[in-house]
Amino acid sequence: MEATGFNAWALSLTVFLPLAGVVVMLAIPRAQEELHKGVALVTSLATLATAVYVLVQFNYDRTSELQFLVDSSWIDVINSRYIIGVDGISLPLLALSAAVVPLCIIYSWKHIPDPGNAKAFLILILILSTGMNGSFVAQDLILFFVFFELVLLPMYFLIGVWGGPQRKYASLKFFLFTLLGSALMIVSFVALYFLADGTLAGGQANTFDMRALPVAATAISSTTAVWIFGGMFMGFGIKVPIFPFHTWLPDAHTQAPTVGSVLLAAVLLKLGTYGFVRIALPILPDAARQWAPYIALLAVIGIIYGALGCLAQSDMKRLIAFSSVAHMGFVMLGISTLTSFGINAAIFGMVAHGLITGILFFVAGSVKERYHTLEISRLGGLLKSAPRMGWILGLATMASLGLPGLAGFWGEFPAILASYNPGFGLSQPLFRTYMVIAALGTILAAGYLLWLYQRTAFGEPKAEFADVAIADVNVYEWVAWLPFILAFVVLGVYPQLLFHVTDGAVVKLVGTMAAGIGG
Amino acid sequence: MLENAYLIPLLPGLSFLAILLFGKRIKGGQGAHYIGVPVLAVVWVLSLVAVFGWINRVDDVTPATEAGATTHETAAAGVGTAGDPASPVVLAAEGETGAEAGHEAVAQPVIRSATWWSNAGENFRIGTLVDGLSVTLLFVVSTVSLLVHIYSIEYVRGDERYTHYYAFLSFFSAAMLFFVLSQNIIQMIVGWELVGVSSFVLIGHWWESLDNSNAAMKAFMTNRVGDVGLLVGMIILYFAAGSFEVPVINEMAASGQIRHLLLLAAAGSLTAAVMSKSGQFPLHTWLPDAMAGPTPVSALIHAATMVVAGVYMVARLYPVFYEGYSIGTSSINGLALLGGFTAFMAAALAFVQWDIKKVLAYSTISQLGYMVMALGVGAWTAAIFHLFTHALFKACLFLGAGSVSHASHHTFDMREMGGLRKVMPHTYKTFVLASLALAGVFPLAGFWSKDEILVGAMRGQQSGYPLMLFFGLLVAFMTAAYMTRVIWYTFWGEYRGHGTPHESPALITGPLWILAGGAVLGGLVNLPSAVADKIGLGGAAHLIETYAEPVRYLDQFSTFSVAAPSLGLALTGLALALGGILAVYLYYWRRLGPHGLTEQSVWARRGYTFLVNKYYLDHLYTGIIARGVRGPVAQAAYWVNQNVIDRIVNLVGESARETGRWVYTNIDQGVVDGTVNGLSSGAEATGEGLRVIQSGRVQQYGSLLFGAAAVLAIIFTIVI
Repeated sequence: MEATGFNAWALSLTVFLPLAGVVVMLAIPRAQEELHKGVALVTSLATLATAVYVLVQFNYDRTSELQFLVDSSWIDVINSRYIIGVDGISLPLLALSAAVVPLCIIYSWKHIPDPGNAKAFLILILILSTGMNGSFVAQDLILFFVFFELVLLPMYFLIGVWGGPQRKYASLKFFLFTLLGSALMIVSFVALYFLADGTLAGGQANTFDMRALPVAATAISSTTAVWIFGGMFMGFGIKVPIFPFHTWLPDAHTQAPTVGSVLLAAVLLKLGTYGFVRIALPILPDAARQWAPYIALLAVIGIIYGALGCLAQSDMKRLIAFSSVAHMGFVMLGISTLTSFGINAAIFGMVAHGLITGILFFVAGSVKERYHTLEISRLGGLLKSAPRMGWILGLATMASLGLPGLAGFWGEFPAILASYNPGFGLSQPLFRTYMVIAALGTILAAGYLLWLYQRTAFGEPKAEFADVAIADVNVYEWVAWLPFILAFVVLGVYPQLLFHVTDGAVVKLVGTMAAGIGG
Repeated sequence: MLENAYLIPLLPGLSFLAILLFGKRIKGGQGAHYIGVPVLAVVWVLSLVAVFGWINRVDDVTPATEAGATTHETAAAGVGTAGDPASPVVLAAEGETGAEAGHEAVAQPVIRSATWWSNAGENFRIGTLVDGLSVTLLFVVSTVSLLVHIYSIEYVRGDERYTHYYAFLSFFSAAMLFFVLSQNIIQMIVGWELVGVSSFVLIGHWWESLDNSNAAMKAFMTNRVGDVGLLVGMIILYFAAGSFEVPVINEMAASGQIRHLLLLAAAGSLTAAVMSKSGQFPLHTWLPDAMAGPTPVSALIHAATMVVAGVYMVARLYPVFYEGYSIGTSSINGLALLGGFTAFMAAALAFVQWDIKKVLAYSTISQLGYMVMALGVGAWTAAIFHLFTHALFKACLFLGAGSVSHASHHTFDMREMGGLRKVMPHTYKTFVLASLALAGVFPLAGFWSKDEILVGAMRGQQSGYPLMLFFGLLVAFMTAAYMTRVIWYTFWGEYRGHGTPHESPALITGPLWILAGGAVLGGLVNLPSAVADKIGLGGAAHLIETYAEPVRYLDQFSTFSVAAPSLGLALTGLALALGGILAVYLYYWRRLGPHGLTEQSVWARRGYTFLVNKYYLDHLYTGIIARGVRGPVAQAAYWVNQNVIDRIVNLVGESARETGRWVYTNIDQGVVDGTVNGLSSGAEATGEGLRVIQSGRVQQYGSLLFGAAAVLAIIFTIVI
């Protein structure tokens, strides 16, 4: 049912308000940095306000339905329409995305990285914001693709201009890798457009409408579907990233400025997993079933391999970056079980990883700013030099290793649980093997995270920093970080807050898949 | 109180937050106990109320009210309570059929729960389950925790992290009480891990020293290894029983509705968790290292409460283990063997320790082995009884060791002690009483509980467990002997340390005497009825058996039986304990026996070295496995990442660049150029300063890839 009144505009505002801010900022001279910061913050807060409005107005008894639905004509030539809406799957991610941006801007208040230029930096973040929010609400493949690609460019510049010493290599790698995925993804979208039969869903024959495609795509032969799924797998899988397409991630994360890493971890990686859940699974369920054992294999390889990669690191930020490979492995494992348990866990895991890894990158950025190094062997005694930051790092570490009572657990445990009994006739012995391997991965996760914590926070500060005054968490950092911390604690203590939102939509998704597979 | 049991973990949880937020402002950071101690006192009172509430509930129950006795109040948050499994109602219904089969009426556990999370419309719950087992543990945990809170006022005084210490003492109490009251297995996992993390924090309390942080790491990591078993085992149980709820799982396991193979797999996996948390071989190695933490913490967490979590978990899910390991029908099984062997191997290690806390740590491992063995032979009641008495006397011993150290220059090395009985009479007397209780000397607490375990091993269920009986008797002898050795080195002979040792103040000796009283009288809780009748306490006989045993409400679980006591065995056990004391008395006090054996005999020396090196398990874990994974394995994986996977990526990138250059210079510049210009002008518009980067290369290859994608798309749609 289409939304009326202000509700019809709410989502569009969430998506496009940042661009309005960009327009204003373009008109302001570059030198007026404070004004730029103010405009950017107000814009992002206004965007957040619309997202909060959506959260409040959302009907939580009907999470499986698309709400705030808008469906108007856009590119008639190819029957691509401006369809946006949110259900229980996209809502948490939209909220995460809308909340992270203002916090990043607040953090940037005193932390605009070299070579400065707050104007360009903040404009890019706002553009990024439009792309991220748009991706989570788009219900038309072309519209989704546009937003998905819109994310790419600002992040490329954020890394390439404000990044570390190897920013050029890292940004180019990020760009090309993602673009390769996107290219294959659009091939799949176009193939869907031509091969699916929209008349089955009561519309035009050729359609990009994500609501109609699950039914329309039943017209596609099984073999073809497997190939189309492959294109999407590349597009989404690189973004996740799934082993072995992950090598852009450590470079991009390590080189990106702090805020860039946070946004990358908190939101951008989720575009990939979200794509699987929103697009690939419901539209091509049978192909998903055929791919699932292999995706799950890559996921568990990622869990172990990412953890081993972490153990080999000597740089704090790079270690955190590698940990994303492992954590997203749990998310992908959950998705590839094709069960409601697994997919609920995956969405929970996405949000949890966004919050937890976000805060880890924030802390890493602040450590770097104070010590001018992230070399683990040179750090130490953070609890002594800056006790509050040490505590926050400790809490985030515990959350990241999946401690129950904090959000990370609810992404990991149900995903492991789901692997015991995968859906749609997937091989039980195989997935149970995966389950055990994934569970073993939690040991390694504790290993690299606690080892990191022991070497950076415990002990006495190293001789070279013994006399250096290390400032503890400042007010900008508190404001930017506290919401993250509160969120992952509250979600960890009372996970129903999130499961309640996602469950209905996930159950519907699994139902859609069951209908598509025909059993 | 039974319905409102959630208050019991909630209060220390709030006290944790309060201390964290305001503790530093009270008395300059040295006043956190003004919050911690009163809260724990309240918790202790509430626990007592719960104990008596449960006793009344059992006494009051009559057949007529049986079905209605199940309290299942749902304080559901959120929506969808329709999916509430309402399991105990089902249980009650089944219980009635059991009653017809000849069972007397029994009190059902009191369950109260709220929605916690959900999946596919089914709500999973969080709540409290109060029955005899949980109130027993409530009493143990809150008692020891309260005494440790009081003791620490003096012991930790002046510590720079006094506030954090008390905060995490409260946190631990909250987590442990939460765990004990678990209504479902997810909650058990959560509580299990939260006590683990408080253990980590408190072991690493003085994290400036690398040894301490290593010990904390080791504790956490070893427990993580066991946790894999916990997760897998609980997952198996969930799918086998279709529920996370403890009563449902127990009922289904007891009534044979779950395949034996699944139960065996679940029990086996969960046993791995018992190994790590409850210090069973071969995952016990973290526990002696955990002594790096403050001594009151060792008493509370690493002796009396947290380490019995594994024992508690087995007891809580006993039908799973009973059926899975075929305890009722076998004369040897994995669980019993694990416990028996652990009891023995740890007792052997206790002989070669010089650190008084490490002797006690190995003793704890050994006694935990007793409990696991008791569960393994079907002596459920004996295991819980021993858990109860052990908490009292072992906490007393640890706090006594702390008192000794507090008085004599903060050392735990027994070579720097000696002669302390003269200057520390209170510590000495309580320590000896607790040691005698641990050794199992009549009529102290340990005698009764150990005797029950031995009886359980001798009689078993359908057949006895002879090997376990042998282990049990052997360890009884060894325990008495190594504790006598400790007393010799600490309290007898001449003082070998420096400074002037002195008795500890009343805040320390007070808790010691209370616990020593428990060590003396704790046996009254579950006296055999023959003995109880003799001394005029007939009504108090078999309290644990009467009020706590799962068979009381698991009517399907009728195969389970409690062994009758045996006078002969009791005398044998007592003789062995006294023999152990006598042997060591002769060796040290009278200088009899083979002194200097390790110098004379190469085999004795080898054996000694083997024990001093703790069977080389630490070398295997830390030196080989942990260092191997952290070093070569991780480095190899990373090498592959950088030199294989990434090399391929870079090669593809370079060849694409070469191809692109060729295409750019040779083919149709117009088309590509146009796109490039369009893209780069768009990029320029995004702001100043961006122009410096990348010199248009990305745009080139981006457009190239788009072109390629378009071609592919066309081919794709034509071919298919």
